Amino acid sequence: MLLISCPWCGPRDETEYHYGGQAHVPYPGNPADLTDEEWAGYVFYRDNPKGPFAERWMHGTGCRRWFNVLRDTVSYEVLAAYRLDEPRPEIPQAGGNR
Amino acid sequence: MTTTPLPEHPDFLWRTPEPRSSYDVVIVGAGGHGLATAYYLARNHGITNVAVLEKGWLAGGNMARNTTIIRSNYLWDESAAIYEHALGLWERLPEELDYDFLFSQRGVLNLAHTLQDVREGVRRVNANRLNGVDAQWLEPDEVAKVCPILNVSPRTRYPVLGATFQPRAGIAKHDHVAWALARRADEMGVDLIQGCEVTGFLKDGDRVVGVETSRGRILAGRVGLAAAGHSSVLAERAGVRLPVQSHPLQALVSELHEPVHPTVVMSNHVHVYVSQAHKGELVMGAGVDAYNGYGQRGSFHVIERQMAAAVELFPVFARAHVLRTWGGIVDVTPDASPIIGTTPVENLYVNCGWGTGGFKATPAAGWTFAHTIATGEPHPLNAPFALERFTTGALIDEHGAAAVAH
Repeated sequence: MLLISCPWCGPRDETEYHYGGQAHVPYPGNPADLTDEEWAGYVFYRDNPKGPFAERWMHGTGCRRWFNVLRDTVSYEVLAAYRLDEPRPEIPQAGGNR
Repeated sequence: MTTTPLPEHPDFLWRTPEPRSSYDVVIVGAGGHGLATAYYLARNHGITNVAVLEKGWLAGGNMARNTTIIRSNYLWDESAAIYEHALGLWERLPEELDYDFLFSQRGVLNLAHTLQDVREGVRRVNANRLNGVDAQWLEPDEVAKVCPILNVSPRTRYPVLGATFQPRAGIAKHDHVAWALARRADEMGVDLIQGCEVTGFLKDGDRVVGVETSRGRILAGRVGLAAAGHSSVLAERAGVRLPVQSHPLQALVSELHEPVHPTVVMSNHVHVYVSQAHKGELVMGAGVDAYNGYGQRGSFHVIERQMAAAVELFPVFARAHVLRTWGGIVDVTPDASPIIGTTPVENLYVNCGWGTGGFKATPAAGWTFAHTIATGEPHPLNAPFALERFTTGALIDEHGAAAVAH
């Protein structure tokens, strides 16, 4: 069970949240100009790193707001939780101890 | 109590060779799929100058962690074709490999708990029959005849409204499957090299010519990736991006019990699948943990829900104990179908994206992947499963369609 800190509600159990996959994937700025390959990249391809990963979570049984979490996909340690309008935090130690 | 002496430790079933400096084909990953690929490269294509490189130990990844269910009752034509091919191969492999790996065709029930489940199940039975896959629709009283310990009373939270039944489905002893394939591949000249992690790829322009490993550089005419949960990590080292996400998938077993469970029962709706191993453990699996993870473990609430579902379906399990839980890493594609084929890098081939259901496909994955590597072209069975489908849009959408508990 992960313990995740919602930026608005504070630390809550994983079961209160819904997972949303990779964060910081913007909708294409020029959708009419995209090739099939570029659309495939936007629709189907996501990063799948072994280590720190910025991902979206939604506090389903709380404030029901989306936010971002920086989490290590090997240790599952939650390194940071931050609002959608905030940039991905720099965590220099992240992933450095493996 | 009398004690019977332990049996003699068996002779090793394969050699432990030092890696040579070059091979015609290098397979990365000595799980079921990698071993089956090596076996069929030798058997079907006469290619025996092959190494299978394994960073850990042979069949120690998902091959050691699955719930051993074998079935072919998938909805879509492309899936039914490849899984039915696999089932046909399973039926003759014990004799072909001269190894009884306890393949037991005890059937699989896929339960329906809602009207939508019923419609989906009946539709899938019809689709299966058109594709030559044995399938039946059973009403609740017929379900109870197949599996008497299943609670088909209407007084449960999610009553059993019926089930699809595939009599030829079943289970097999996963370790022995791997050992059987490994022994025969080794006999035919394949080098199985454990403790050898691929750390990078040697490329000549846009062509792969070998691999860097923890035990040195190995040149290769062709390289095939069969690394399951780590496929995207590996492919990235070769400059190839794959549309897969790695998730933890958990399973558990109870202590040993007398034989009580005669078949395999799967339920998508309450999310559990259960069989009883030959030794007597109840083997249960569930869906993946939602988040990406490489930790080979998941969150406890997932198995808690899975056990709650199991006890609701099988009241007789209520006093069984969990002996052991574990997790594997499964690579899931956007359409829940595998990727088997070429990559943008010449001479680099990939077999991945089997998600939660790779074990049942082991022989067919090997058969088609070996064909693809040997000829440079996909076999008709895996042509639809090419990487390009995510660009063309010709997806094989088995999410929710295939009686798959994702």
